[in-house]
Amino acid sequence: MSMETPNKAALTLSTTELPLYHLGHSRAGDKGNTSNISLIAWDSECFALLCDLATEARVAQWFSHRHPTRVTRYLLPKIEAMNFVLEGVLDGGVNDALNLDTHGKGLSFWLLDMPVLVPSDIASRLTIKPD
Amino acid sequence: MNQKNLFVGCATGFSGDRTDGTPPVVETLISLGGGVLTFETLAERTLALAQIEKRKNALTGYEPLLDDLVAPVLSRCLENNIRIVSNFGAANPQAAAQRIFALARAQGLRAPRIAVVQGDDLTRPEQLQYLLKRLGSDIDPARVVSANAYLGAQQISEALQDQAEIVVTGRVSDPSLTLGPALAHFGWALDDWHKLGCGTMAGHMLECGTQVSGGYFCVPGQKPVDGMDRIGFPIAEIDSRGNFHVFKAFNTGGRVDHRTAKEQLLYEVHDPAKYLTPDVTADITQVTITETAKDRVRVDGVTGHVRPPELKVNVCYDNGWLGEAEISYAGFQAKERAMLAGETIRKRIGHLIDLRIDIIGALSIFGDDAGELASRGFSAPANDVRLRVAGVHLQKELAEKVLREVLALYCCGPAGGGGVRTSLRPRLDTLSCTIPREAVPANYTIVTEHHA
Repeated sequence: MSMETPNKAALTLSTTELPLYHLGHSRAGDKGNTSNISLIAWDSECFALLCDLATEARVAQWFSHRHPTRVTRYLLPKIEAMNFVLEGVLDGGVNDALNLDTHGKGLSFWLLDMPVLVPSDIASRLTIKPD
Repeated sequence: MNQKNLFVGCATGFSGDRTDGTPPVVETLISLGGGVLTFETLAERTLALAQIEKRKNALTGYEPLLDDLVAPVLSRCLENNIRIVSNFGAANPQAAAQRIFALARAQGLRAPRIAVVQGDDLTRPEQLQYLLKRLGSDIDPARVVSANAYLGAQQISEALQDQAEIVVTGRVSDPSLTLGPALAHFGWALDDWHKLGCGTMAGHMLECGTQVSGGYFCVPGQKPVDGMDRIGFPIAEIDSRGNFHVFKAFNTGGRVDHRTAKEQLLYEVHDPAKYLTPDVTADITQVTITETAKDRVRVDGVTGHVRPPELKVNVCYDNGWLGEAEISYAGFQAKERAMLAGETIRKRIGHLIDLRIDIIGALSIFGDDAGELASRGFSAPANDVRLRVAGVHLQKELAEKVLREVLALYCCGPAGGGGVRTSLRPRLDTLSCTIPREAVPANYTIVTEHHA
């Protein structure tokens, strides 16, 4: 057993809750009653974490008050980004919804507020990255 | 055909965008030896609104800001062989073309060669009947405001090859405004799916104007953008194989880098392997984005597959009235007073009309119409809020009740409410379907000036 093993295990067990905006940035678009929300990692390490943490199931749950009929995640590893397609979340869309923001333009910032558990050693160096 | 690189600039991303971004784009194109100026001005609802204007006055129905977009740059474009391609014809491309002739005449310029792309408008009775049948809809055809197919790049390309200096269209897919000039310039075959995919994605990067060059991007302290008061509109440099760079008009504010490019690349995309347009099924799954200079990126790895067999059609129809009204509450117990006001209105008219109630400042746009997020207690503390009540009804009088009830809060509501604003607007709804290409008589014509 190497000297490092217990340490690593301890680090893996220790996690810190952070909103997604520490891991990436985002923009939302609409077509009919469907919203697509991109999530673009700040760097490769963030992208690996997002792949594990920002799952279809987790995002569907975070948007549950919008009652998505389906949530699909498309990965674009070459640009360290992913695209969420949330069907049925716009109360009918730009013509039907009573929301002030009928396009759901602001939903990218709802996604970015989603809390995720990040290993504490990584979280400690993840702050908002001016860039 | 031409092997020289093609420059395409886009100087608006929607109807109502800034109009003073155009001259820097034109001057940049001129400094680069020429190119094509595009304006994207048609969101989903814009065309229906234009149809309503055209009903009132047969000489309108095109982009209301047409003069502001074209007049300041018309002489520079005509003198320097900068072609103009735009969907600013909206519901009345013929009238837009005539207006451009008038603008040229007023400036003492020669009449430009203008082409109008037609066939997108499907509002003739037999066309509507066909569409409604296809949609399986039983709405009264008299309620239909607009019905338009999304045309592709082919007619734009043909018009440019016919030496049109200005191409005016109604509904075409946004990326086709860029692909059309690329087809004409490089002579790409209409089934060269790879190159059509590339030209389409170049158009996709441009079609929202500054959304790729620092607009709709800035988060202070996190994603800074310099010079947001004078953001430069984007330009693509496309080569004969379809590879392209994106940059912005010279001497402007804004930002073009891999982050702004990625946000725009994925904007309104669903499956990245299948970005559907009338021209091609574009595929961005293997895209890479490289910063090649300050405010300049190269986009590689785009490809395309065979185009969708049918064309998309939007049918817009009258669907009642939207009543909205707001009132402010500030200071101690502001949120509680606003919520009480909302509950009071719900008690009084909630049985007559479906209402949405927002407490702007505490919880509004994140919530759903049914108020589920609010009922879960998700609401930020706030002491300066605005109550908003919105309701829709087929009967105007009922939608109007929303306005009257909020106004009456001045005297009958909780303490300290002020600043009522109300709005009552006709509501439009959209149905979408696809139809065979043969059912859409797309073509272009070179138009001549009508003299009064």
